Amino acid sequence: MAVDRSRIPGLGPERPFTFPEIRRSALANGVRVCTVQHRQVPLIAVLALVPAGASSDPSDRPGLAAITGDMLDEGSGDRSALEVHEALGRIGAQLDLDVGHDATVLGLTTLERYMERGLELVRDMLIKPRFEQREFDRVRDLRLNRLLQLKDMPPALADRAFTQLLYRNHPYGHLPIGSEGSLRAMMIRDITSFHRRAFVPSRTTVIAVGDASHDKMADAVRRAFEGWKAEATEPIADPETFPAPTPPATRIALVHRPGAAQSELRIGHVALPRRTPDYHAAMVANMILGGQFVSRINMNLREDKGYTYGARTAFEFRRAPGPFVLHASVQSDATADALREALGEIRAIRGERPVTRQELELGRASLTRGYPRNFETADQIGRGAAQLALYDLPDDYFTTFVPKVLALSEGDVTGVAAKHIDPARLLTVVVGDREKLMTSLKGLDLGDVADVSVM
Amino acid sequence: MNISYSKFTLPNGLDVLVHEDHGLPIVAVNVWYHVGSKNEVPGRTGFAHLFEHLMFEGSEHYDRGYFHPLQEAGAALNGSTNADRTNYWEVVPSNALDLALWMESDRMGYLLPALTDAKFSNQREVVLNERRQNYENRPYGLAGMAIVSALYPPDHPYHWLTIGGADDIRAAHIDDVRAFFQRYYHPANASLALAGDIDPEMGVLMAEEYFGEIPAGEKPEPVTVAQPAPPAEDLKLVLEDRVELPRLYMAWHSPALFADGDAELDLVAEVLSSGKTSRLYRALVYEQRIATEVAASQNSREAGSFFQIVATAAPGRTLAEVERAIAKELAAFSEKGPTSGELERCLAQAEAHFLFRLQTVGGFGGKSDQLNAYNTFIGDPGYFEQDLRRYRSATPEQLRDAAVAYLKPTRRVILSVVPRGRVALALSGSQPVTVS
Repeated sequence: MAVDRSRIPGLGPERPFTFPEIRRSALANGVRVCTVQHRQVPLIAVLALVPAGASSDPSDRPGLAAITGDMLDEGSGDRSALEVHEALGRIGAQLDLDVGHDATVLGLTTLERYMERGLELVRDMLIKPRFEQREFDRVRDLRLNRLLQLKDMPPALADRAFTQLLYRNHPYGHLPIGSEGSLRAMMIRDITSFHRRAFVPSRTTVIAVGDASHDKMADAVRRAFEGWKAEATEPIADPETFPAPTPPATRIALVHRPGAAQSELRIGHVALPRRTPDYHAAMVANMILGGQFVSRINMNLREDKGYTYGARTAFEFRRAPGPFVLHASVQSDATADALREALGEIRAIRGERPVTRQELELGRASLTRGYPRNFETADQIGRGAAQLALYDLPDDYFTTFVPKVLALSEGDVTGVAAKHIDPARLLTVVVGDREKLMTSLKGLDLGDVADVSVM
Repeated sequence: MNISYSKFTLPNGLDVLVHEDHGLPIVAVNVWYHVGSKNEVPGRTGFAHLFEHLMFEGSEHYDRGYFHPLQEAGAALNGSTNADRTNYWEVVPSNALDLALWMESDRMGYLLPALTDAKFSNQREVVLNERRQNYENRPYGLAGMAIVSALYPPDHPYHWLTIGGADDIRAAHIDDVRAFFQRYYHPANASLALAGDIDPEMGVLMAEEYFGEIPAGEKPEPVTVAQPAPPAEDLKLVLEDRVELPRLYMAWHSPALFADGDAELDLVAEVLSSGKTSRLYRALVYEQRIATEVAASQNSREAGSFFQIVATAAPGRTLAEVERAIAKELAAFSEKGPTSGELERCLAQAEAHFLFRLQTVGGFGGKSDQLNAYNTFIGDPGYFEQDLRRYRSATPEQLRDAAVAYLKPTRRVILSVVPRGRVALALSGSQPVTVS
């Protein structure tokens, strides 16, 4: 039978998807435990979440949380740094350490048959790091070298300038890696003290997802962590209690990169916390504006104008309000035009060109129909569970996501865009060649172009 | 470890592979065309990849961007080109499988009627921007080009990177698109894998329905190349770049993908640089602290691979020190091979990485991509177990022998990448190269 090529096929009936059950328990010392059965491949993913990240850095020690995280696998318990890695290698473990603004997450994926050994290694790294001077000196040197190399990376320069100018002295006003001065001033005792305050059982969540029963995983986690004794220490401040940041002093800033082959752009402002009631509408608004390939901004800058390989926007949700931000790298001679188009699209979605029915449906559909894809691997499911723990989201969060998105109207989405995206407050950062760009940037009507240097 | 699958070849030559996995209500659609930048010729480099971009811009019966209907259906989608193959994939909710197959078959059968100058020139600009973003404006971004152009003679198809030369991309012509499509984009040069929430029989029937009508084409002749001779002595080069720290690249020709020695060299790379207890990391970064990072890799390709070691000098340390330290470790390895503990660790990692790749039905490196890789390169989609056996059966002696045979101490291509204006930081005797 010949294919009907007069139109594309419609969708069949949706097949049901239920998010796998997260089973919770708690240990006597306060450690929260989540388990999820996931029987696809004989693997297990373990994640330990500690809600302390770069925003918990003391103001004179930016980078402390990140280097503390970096030191966890540099010797722990009765193993030296090399012995830790030898042990990880022997169980084929993939170790992933992520220190973000609000949290430190230590993740390990290994073969299911090595679950106990994997948990024991995670436990030792998390609660018994050795923090030896010799290892610290080496790790700090590597971080300083990394900082040095970042000076040549336009995306890193743009992120740094944007973060600093946007949040200023706020705890979100620096990148997790910190600064050279701070890293040089850092002492082992800073790390030990931070670790003692932040890594406490009552604030830690351990998540196990994989090819084993809930009971087996929960027992293994309990055996690994039940001996962890709580210490009475001064608690880490919750980002939700941070005062609002002072608005930026400038609307547009340039980081000079002579002879740059492209201009790296960031545009944005402080926006929303993760727990905002407008979360779902903001997600849909972002899908339409710049959150996927077919969004207004990417279609304009890439598919219509050819200025860039890609442009995207995102609300970076955190415990306290994170930024709404556009990322793009554009060809140098189109920098001002690209900015004009991007700023125009951001303005327009607030009402001048409100969200249409068709865009609403596209944005909602992409988010909801593609939802099951986010929960394919043990690690993905574990990270989903970690989001619930970090942001205190309700147990039914995953099952209510789709209906909540589908309940939104065009008006809801345009309204949320108008409420939470404010063109007057946008900060624009350009990393590019001053000589080529300055005249055209001044023509953008964003006031004086601040010439900034970072790092 | 086996991935069950059904294979069926349509009368027009299209291989259809179906793997059933009802874990989630999603299906992966993955198409490989056996064409990459090694099918290009000098002066026309970068074309296979530019062509890949045009495959997303519409076909005769859906002459608009491909992202819209697929993202609206909840799909993730992408494509990629390398030296040997081009792939396209969607991961769709089960109820959108018809849509994905309709679209994949429309661009396989009916791309050219929808081709316009406007699309072509737009995507040429996008690709030039991709090149600026990922190569020209990125530290050390041009080193890969310098390495392959030194390893392979100018008429060898691995002499250039897949992204191609900027001038060649600018010179690309819309007529080239037509010829390229007719030669390489037809069922006999393609392999379709479906993996996920689908019944195998139904998968084959659906593939037949959508792709069966596309005329068979002539299978292109495989690209055959003479294995280039390694340099008679070390070939030392220097490239100036906007970087803070000098970096050393060392490269050798090595056995092709799946050839004898390929898996062994993969394991050698693991022993040398995977994890903090690996030989090079431990010596250069951990103990001597003369380098900030080090990586070894067997870059496996269909018509011949290359093995590469890359190390960045720590501030105040020289590339000469780094080179000596690497040479010393390689000499030690070539003499005694790995310890049994080292081999055991690498095998555990190899097995785990194998499983990691099989966690997803689609995308880059998921089950559907792997089925197509095996089918395209060795004609056996079920090569999983045998592939893993290549690693499991390797002995310490074989790893040592592979290092001796291929990682010869004085027949290397060695590239120093140094900060601009500081050529003196290169290994002595290095000749300047220019790439752009």
